[in-house]
Amino acid sequence: MALYLIRRVINYLILTAVATSLAYLLASVGLNPAQPEQQRHPRPPQIVIDHLLDRWGANPHVPLIERVWVWFSNILFHGDFGISVQNQPVVTLLTTRAGVSLQLLLIGSIIGAILGVVLGVWGAVRQYKPSDQIVTYASFVIYATPVIVMAILLMVLATGFNQAVGTQIITFSGQYSADAPAAFWPQLGDRLVHLLLPTTVLILTSAASYSRYQRNAMLDVLGADYIRTARAKGRTRNSALIRHGVRVALIPMSTFFAYSFGTLVTGSTLLEIIFSWHGMGEQAIQSIQQNDINGVAGATFFVAILILCSSTLSEVLYAALDPRVRR
Amino acid sequence: MRENAGVASVSRVRGRPLLEVRDLSVTFPQRKGGDVRAVRNISYTIAEGELLGIVGESGSGKSVSSLAVMGLLPTNAKIEGEILFDGKSLLTMNDRQLSDIRGKDIAIVFQDPLSALTPVYTIGDQISEALRLHDTALTRRAAEVRAVELLKVVGIPDSERRVKAFPHEFSGGMRQRAMIAMAIANNPRLIIADEPTTALDVTIQAQILEVLEEAKQITGAAVSLITHDLGVVAGHADRVMVMYAGKMVEMGTAEEVFYEPTMPYTVGLLRSVPNVRTASTERLVPLEGRPPSLSDLPVGCPFAVRCPAAIAECLEVEPELLAHGQAQDHLSACHRAGAIANGELARTDIFPRPEAHIDSAVSHGKGETILEVTDLKKSFPLFTGAVVRRKAGAVHAVDGVSFSIAQGRTLALVGESGCGKTTTILELMELTKPEGGRIVLEGTDVATLNKNSRNALRADIQIVFQDPAAAVDPRLPVGDVIAEPLLAQGVSKHDRDDRVTELLELVGLDPAMADRYPHEFSGGQRQRIGIARGLATNPKLLVLDEPVSALDVSIQAGVINLLQDLREKLGLSMIFVAHDLAVVRQIANDVAVMYLGRIVEYGPISDVFDNPRHPYTQALMSAAPIPDPREERSRHRVLLDGDLPSPSEQIDGCRFRTRCPLYKMLDPVRDAAARAKCEQDDPNLRPHDFVEVACHHVDRNKLLVD
Ligand SMILES: Nc1ncnc2c1ncn2[C@@H]1O[C@H](COP(=O)(O)OP(=O)(O)OP(=O)(O)O)[C@@H](O)[C@H]1O
Ligand code: SF4
Ligand code: SF4
Ligand SMILES: [Mg+2]
Repeated sequence: MALYLIRRVINYLILTAVATSLAYLLASVGLNPAQPEQQRHPRPPQIVIDHLLDRWGANPHVPLIERVWVWFSNILFHGDFGISVQNQPVVTLLTTRAGVSLQLLLIGSIIGAILGVVLGVWGAVRQYKPSDQIVTYASFVIYATPVIVMAILLMVLATGFNQAVGTQIITFSGQYSADAPAAFWPQLGDRLVHLLLPTTVLILTSAASYSRYQRNAMLDVLGADYIRTARAKGRTRNSALIRHGVRVALIPMSTFFAYSFGTLVTGSTLLEIIFSWHGMGEQAIQSIQQNDINGVAGATFFVAILILCSSTLSEVLYAALDPRVRR
Repeated sequence: MRENAGVASVSRVRGRPLLEVRDLSVTFPQRKGGDVRAVRNISYTIAEGELLGIVGESGSGKSVSSLAVMGLLPTNAKIEGEILFDGKSLLTMNDRQLSDIRGKDIAIVFQDPLSALTPVYTIGDQISEALRLHDTALTRRAAEVRAVELLKVVGIPDSERRVKAFPHEFSGGMRQRAMIAMAIANNPRLIIADEPTTALDVTIQAQILEVLEEAKQITGAAVSLITHDLGVVAGHADRVMVMYAGKMVEMGTAEEVFYEPTMPYTVGLLRSVPNVRTASTERLVPLEGRPPSLSDLPVGCPFAVRCPAAIAECLEVEPELLAHGQAQDHLSACHRAGAIANGELARTDIFPRPEAHIDSAVSHGKGETILEVTDLKKSFPLFTGAVVRRKAGAVHAVDGVSFSIAQGRTLALVGESGCGKTTTILELMELTKPEGGRIVLEGTDVATLNKNSRNALRADIQIVFQDPAAAVDPRLPVGDVIAEPLLAQGVSKHDRDDRVTELLELVGLDPAMADRYPHEFSGGQRQRIGIARGLATNPKLLVLDEPVSALDVSIQAGVINLLQDLREKLGLSMIFVAHDLAVVRQIANDVAVMYLGRIVEYGPISDVFDNPRHPYTQALMSAAPIPDPREERSRHRVLLDGDLPSPSEQIDGCRFRTRCPLYKMLDPVRDAAARAKCEQDDPNLRPHDFVEVACHHVDRNKLLVD
């Protein structure tokens, strides 16, 4: 098993390298970092522009393949992802911004998954009862609502709430307020309040999709013979469903986890922008806007690593949940 | 008092009633259409320590009535009546209260042991769970120790290690043993076994029934054994209950029900099953038609449309369950049961044996050889590792098989699942050069065929599959289904239609049915369609892979008779693969007994079955249940240990050695030389009288039967 996992991780690492290089390649072809300089009035001398382009490793006079190689070998041998157009090392960007994004992603995926699983199981056990139908409809509505719409809706609601109580309880711009007291608890409280809306959106969207999948998986096992066996041994229906049913119905969720994580990343990119969080998502969009090849490649690298981790985790989960695939 | 027959005849004095079912009815409300009345007003008792056999065809309500006792029916089921267990009313209890009784006082063993075990927990955990649910003081350790003991009791070798295995690592037989271990864990007073052996090979079935019998002895529990196999109840049941369309239609001691049935359905059922001792000497009685729909029951007797003894009253009044003979607890639900009991209406007249179409002259004349198979070999690469697959040797699924079939004769291939029967026939159907050996069909070595000649020859060999539902394309009208092989032969539309009409008549279906779709047909009819399709190209050789095993016994008889008639009428040769030895004997002329890719005994079927010479054949024969209580109880059994070894396992010498009961009886000192022979020398088929046997010690096999 360990050997198998190592193989898989190596596989994913290669995929990560390929994905990141492709992103670099595409960005190099599609983006023109010199554009802002060329449009300045007066236009800076070509030598200055070339100098900048060289710094970014984006000089079109150097053959593309060579640029890719230089960039790649710098990462491989020096851990250097190049310089962004704002003249910051991309590595610095990665390290400062990744934490911000991870906050959203981790809270969103973990709480969303747990909530979704619980709702799915609950819905399946109470199939066709009003409670199940409410959950079903609600999750379809959430599923069909674009993230932006939901975020704005929540903002409106929060504003209304603030006005109703008369003070600014829910703040939803940025990761923290600059004027929060410096002590630990107020700081933590402030951060949590800022997290509230964006994570709610993420949790709702991922819980909606998880609950659908979990409900289906659970419906599959509801009528399973082994549930009947467990009851025949002396379990009540509910205890048999939980001890035996849920445990088996969780197996397909491990693969769904890897899949849904990708959608979650997309969602959180939008949310970072809507709620002005300075995370990787925002960074990626800005990089594209600023024709920043190294920035785009760096952001891609971050996402690829996330996918690598979630895929590996999902395989570990799968093997942990299903003894039939273990060897 | 009636005559005291059989070895272990049952005494009429019954113990205190343990389970009393009174007027039990179960109805499943439907969203549209009539409600399904799965069980109607059945009443019976099971006494302490008694074994009640419940028989009936699929859908007759056997499982539903038993699940009702356990409180395990789906929540939408409407249950009426009363169920008393040890005086306590079960139907008024809630799930919580019932869960204290389930698994402790009443245990159940389900049919399909793979799906009945939770795939993600170890066998040991699942047995421990049964123990700890009812004994909260029991520690994890103690429960595991007990689980190991229980696995030992049910005959799982190396149980200390096996207790940690997951269900998928067990064979079907072992899983069923584990289920029984779970059922007896808390010394229950009643064990309900719902078709516990239906999914298993006869040899394993015999082992499981033995284990169940033993479990009954150890715990003193009463057993309710549900099965559709009359042979299984015959040997084990004290009393037998017959169900039909949700009703109990006959109930009595095993002797009464088997020897003096008073309900025509029971009479017909008994006459429709072949007996492995006598099969092929008489024709089977087919029970035409099918049970009524439970959501639209007729007034009157539900069996009336199929009953040859029906009178006007039968269509108007549903008969009550009453005693008709001298025995007060031999009950049956039939208006004419009195006449049957006193002999006025002879059982043989109700269901007379049908005549064969033509006298079986063709089948005995040795015609020219149609098929000759010499030293056929086929192996499959074996991979290890679930994810990273590496080739790790090969499975020799068929390893040097030779046989031949003359015109008009039927050869049966028998053996446990996994012994290579299906692989053998699929290799034949390929009509290409086999991996090893030679296949000569009608004098042509198939290795020499080119594309055109192969297609032409394909018309001469056709196959009929096991599952009539799966083998027939549901989207095509049956006429097209039947004509499909003709299409491949390039026959014109007009000729195809003519041929379809002819074929439908041949297999006993109405030619007007050609435009209907398969789902409108019953299982038996679908199998007839499968056979018609097999015959479309007028083949010389028809290959049948378990053609009747998916059918209810009452339906089987009709299909078997049809096959017999076709053989005589058309001079057809057949290869017949089946696991039911009685069915095999009914149809085949010759038999090849296979074990691990080899033929171990080969010859005319009556010679092989009446006097099996190979220890494996002996075991198979003695495991085949006989629908006759006296005979079944007095039989001497040759039980095999364990399961079929994995075909990839390397076994030196005789491949059957790991399970051979004869080898086991050889004395390590006195018979050292004989043992060495088994261990070192792989036996070839050698002639003994009319048959060929692959065993070094045929002369000693009497040891097993004495
Ligand atoms: N949950 C259900 N809803 C509706 N009908 C049902 C349900 N369970 C069983 N039935 C019907 O009840 C009837 C009796 O079923 P049951 O399973 O008892 O038959 P059985 O005698 O055990 O048959 P088999 O030999 O196939 O196991 C069948 O017609 C079946 O379709
Ligand atoms: S009651 Fe009539 S139809 Fe029913 S089994 Fe008896 S004779 Fe046949
Ligand atoms: S050769 Fe030996 S091991 Fe093989 S069947 Fe005969 S007695 Fe048994
Ligand atoms: Mg059943």
